[in-house]
Amino acid sequence: MTEEKNRHIAFICSKGDLDMAYPALIMGWAALGDGIDVTIFFTFWGLDMVTKKRVDRLEIAPVANTSFKMSMMGLPTGNWGIPNILGIIPGMSAFATWFMKMKMKALGVPPVSEYLEMLSDAGANMYGCKMTVDMFDIKDEDFLPCVDKVVTASDFMDMTEGAQIVFI
Amino acid sequence: MTVLENITLNEEGFMTNSAEWTEEFASALAEKEGITLTDAHWAIINFCREQAGDSGAAPTLRQITSGAGVTTKELFQLFPKGPAKKVAKISGLGKPEGCV
Repeated sequence: MTEEKNRHIAFICSKGDLDMAYPALIMGWAALGDGIDVTIFFTFWGLDMVTKKRVDRLEIAPVANTSFKMSMMGLPTGNWGIPNILGIIPGMSAFATWFMKMKMKALGVPPVSEYLEMLSDAGANMYGCKMTVDMFDIKDEDFLPCVDKVVTASDFMDMTEGAQIVFI
Repeated sequence: MTVLENITLNEEGFMTNSAEWTEEFASALAEKEGITLTDAHWAIINFCREQAGDSGAAPTLRQITSGAGVTTKELFQLFPKGPAKKVAKISGLGKPEGCV
């Protein structure tokens, strides 16, 4: 039998919103479960996902989010969105975040920090983006233990040769 | 290999009738995948079969780790390179439904 190169999928996480944290985690977990190699590169706001101070405080804001409809809360309001003027009221992001977390929990979806630990335990490789780390002055001790190391964009290119890449 | 040949599988390799499953089939399929079944493997297989019940639907990896008393690391060590499908196939169940 010839040794076939294993399928490899790489995610670039560039967003720090709660709803944008989940796609890579869900797809990465599915990939690992199917024996596919997984690499995740956190850049810009995506680094919020893997920093101790931010990971449990990721939020979703209803302002300027056209998909955020009042009907999500079970109100019979059809396609009415949450008016942006209401979205700017203090506490609205906290409310929307609480609401989304509650929905996730009901589905048995773990919080981001726990999800990252699962992925790490299952063999995913995770890296921080050097340029962003330098720009935001993030220290090694600020990262969750799931982050293997901080690498350059060029390092990321080297380690994902032949991989399928998903930008989020 | 006859244990494996007598079983009906769908095009993805999952068993279509979980009642056809036997322990011999599980051992033979695991062997084919390069896994020698130990007590730790059996604990997971038995948990999956109990969970599936009559539906024949395999539990997801997270359901296994939270229900069978096994860590993610251990699960991936026991069934390397793709535990989700491997566990389901060896346990004679359908493809796991659910993302987590």
